[in-house]
Amino acid sequence: MALDSKTPKGPLKDKWTSYKNNIDLVNPANKRNIDVIVVGTGLAGGSAAATLAELGYNVKAFAYQDSPRRAHSIAAQGGINAAKNYQGDGDSSYRLFYDTVKGGDYRSRESNVHRLAEVSANIIDQCVAQGVPFARDYGGMLDNRSFGGVLVSRTFYAKGQTGQQLLLGAYSAMNRQIARGKIEMFNRHEMLDVVKVDGKARGIIARNLITGEIERHSAHAVVIATGGYGNVYFLSTNAMGSNATAAWKIHKKGAYFANPCYTQIHPTCIPRSGDYQSKLTLMSESLRNDGRIWVPKNMEDVMAIREGRKKPTDLSEEERDYYLERRYPAFGNLVPRDVASRAAKERCDAGYGVNATGEAVYLDFKSAIERYGKEQAKLKGINNPSADKVYELGQAIVEAKYGNLFQMYNKIVDEDPYKTPMMIYPATHYTMGGVWVDYNLMTTVDGLYCIGEANFSDHGANRLGASALMQGLADGYFVLPYTIGDYLSSDIRTGKIPTDTKEFDEAEKAVTDQINFFVNNNGSKSVDYFHKKLGKIMWEKVGMARNEKGLKEAMAEIKAVREDFWKEVNVPGTADEMNPELEKAGRVADFLELGELFAKDALNRNESCGGHFREESAETDGPQKGEAKRDDANYAYVAAWEYKGQPADAILHKEELEFNDIELKQRSYK
Amino acid sequence: MNLTLKIWRQKDANDKGQMVDYKVTDISEHMSFLEMMDVLNEQLINTGEEPVAFDHDCREGICGMCSMYINGEAHGPDRGVTTCQLHMRMFKDGDTITIEPFRASAFPVIKDLVVDRTSFERIQQAGGFISVNTSGNTQDGNAIPIPKKDADDAMDAATCIGCGACVATCKNSSAMLFVGAKVSQYALLPQGRVEATDRVQNMVAQMDLEGFGNCTNTGACEIECPKGISLENIARMNSEFMKANLKG
Repeated sequence: MALDSKTPKGPLKDKWTSYKNNIDLVNPANKRNIDVIVVGTGLAGGSAAATLAELGYNVKAFAYQDSPRRAHSIAAQGGINAAKNYQGDGDSSYRLFYDTVKGGDYRSRESNVHRLAEVSANIIDQCVAQGVPFARDYGGMLDNRSFGGVLVSRTFYAKGQTGQQLLLGAYSAMNRQIARGKIEMFNRHEMLDVVKVDGKARGIIARNLITGEIERHSAHAVVIATGGYGNVYFLSTNAMGSNATAAWKIHKKGAYFANPCYTQIHPTCIPRSGDYQSKLTLMSESLRNDGRIWVPKNMEDVMAIREGRKKPTDLSEEERDYYLERRYPAFGNLVPRDVASRAAKERCDAGYGVNATGEAVYLDFKSAIERYGKEQAKLKGINNPSADKVYELGQAIVEAKYGNLFQMYNKIVDEDPYKTPMMIYPATHYTMGGVWVDYNLMTTVDGLYCIGEANFSDHGANRLGASALMQGLADGYFVLPYTIGDYLSSDIRTGKIPTDTKEFDEAEKAVTDQINFFVNNNGSKSVDYFHKKLGKIMWEKVGMARNEKGLKEAMAEIKAVREDFWKEVNVPGTADEMNPELEKAGRVADFLELGELFAKDALNRNESCGGHFREESAETDGPQKGEAKRDDANYAYVAAWEYKGQPADAILHKEELEFNDIELKQRSYK
Repeated sequence: MNLTLKIWRQKDANDKGQMVDYKVTDISEHMSFLEMMDVLNEQLINTGEEPVAFDHDCREGICGMCSMYINGEAHGPDRGVTTCQLHMRMFKDGDTITIEPFRASAFPVIKDLVVDRTSFERIQQAGGFISVNTSGNTQDGNAIPIPKKDADDAMDAATCIGCGACVATCKNSSAMLFVGAKVSQYALLPQGRVEATDRVQNMVAQMDLEGFGNCTNTGACEIECPKGISLENIARMNSEFMKANLKG
């Protein structure tokens, strides 16, 4: 099947407007006869469910957690971008579009990104109207901060809990519709397959996670909003339950999976401390507004610090290597995430890591605390303040900005980051790749949509900070409600979709068979045993730097782990009860397939772009020496994979990317 | 360190349930409490026993899913943290740790340490929202200036994660800190004032219907709240409720 992005004709800036003017609409009376299933209730799913219900569709929403409010969007810290230009610093929709395409290393679809930038400003207005308590300045106006990869301040925030507040906003909009009976909410339910009838998505099979009951749900369209697949690495900043099952199941039913190798390794996470570690914790990128990243210049100091003979605060300015400021003077500590992560890896690989594992660098707030302290002293009219007074005043400002993050760090690491620099190291955080969708956010299966992190569309090969929240809400509030209506307008005479059909029978049987297999297998190893093995292969061979040899080995090793899993996995308990191990088994089974496709995609893409760094493709000389080298002549396409039974057999379909409004350039942050 | 764990085991909602003793060894002080539970569960799986079911998800203190009652305190002995952020350095080698589910008649046990908190959902559905359509065609976000203090106070109230520690802690199983936080967030913002009367009345009515107790100003909820939600929010809700009732 040839990929058709269905991008509207016409100038870039007019595409979305003219699209909206020309689509078919469904009249309000007919909407009452149309059902839509939304799987996942994070920012994308929650906002979509609320808006579709508000428009009049009957929505069934599904979440594996006990409440929609607990979806992992809640953990996003730093902020949400919007081209409001409240700061008058030269921002515009075009600049947001440009920054996003450039930040994504020219591997995203122009038309989708431009639409995202266009609707971004409305998100802020919408959220303010919903009562989201964004930070404000003393004049009562909305405040902004800066994020990596841009030269303007366009990030709106609510302390370090922006994701929480935006999700609670979407959740409140959902609650309003649940109260009206327009959303039927299924908490503690997990989608285990999609049901296709005559080539169209017409329902799902779900498991009630309390009773174990397998349920059939039908609808005229199905929306997948289940987030990313970062947990393929076992350790990531994702929630423990975050999984790729819905996305992978639809892939196996015909939805192409795009660019799985584009994964974001976030530069500022708390380093791992031991084998028992169950997850990694992010420290918001917003900290890079005020924190400076460094390692010692001299190896003697590195060893002294590791052995506890010296403290980081003992080192003078001359003894520190602020390597981001050194390598990238224009953007400094605010280079994009992929660049910052690789730079940290480069220093640690060279032996300059500052903790026992050798995998940590410092994030230091001393300069910021002193700068703010001096400013405050001046504002308060204190002449010749003591160093302690300056520090005290400055600390209060830093605390107001990042207090919850500092507290979180203190609780985990048991060190006070106001007194000693934080230790950080990159960790898997976000997946830019995902289910392929067209301009309508529809997958290659009719009536099957995919929104938010679960799709591939807007961030190219690298996502800029504070853009995930923007995309999730844009898709759910402002894009899908239009595009899905155009599709559903042909379904007004269809009537209710029955669930007592052979398509539902078959899908349910496959789900039940797999569950029965797991609970009866009586293998010798736990689900986590396999998940950790997979994670280790992914991190070592498909992590921050990749090469042909490693990727080929990874594919073979993942296949071997998968085969062992299906022989030896041990799932205690039964199918007809709450059984967390059974839930995990199904998710890990899917990760064991996705991981191999991930490595295959990374192997195919013999260029470095964004979060995907191939060691074979780096600049060898000149001012950009060592930086990633893109290959636009051969790889300016979206790699969309079609499932053919085994991940290694997947067939590549290319969507060539056209850049009419942007000139492709080497991404330089120097 | 080596520890003895006394854990509540209950097969399902109908089972009577009981405390069961377990031993874990070689626990690192750097582990989180839930990582210690992972170690126990891995041990149980490998010896053919059924692992302990407990709610957890983000493991960074924000989703509100984890919910254990540890040594008689919601989220355990540390302050300002959820169970997933509690670290084993708070315990000593040889300790016996008692682990129970959050207990309240409005939070029935589903299995082991997992409880049903959908009563909170229904309270939110009764009025925990501003009735604005999500069309995006609202006025500009800066059209109404909001004093920084009001915005900050609303944020402090909105920071509630809906875990239910306040209910589990309260001797009356009162949900007033939870409901007060939501009522306050909206009461403090001009956007929320329009529906303030109906909101507080509907949410309080639903709270009573769910079987949560009343507030007798002990203040234990405020101390155990992982997000430090202030008792002021209960006072504000009471004031809003009185005003609403006077309006009728």
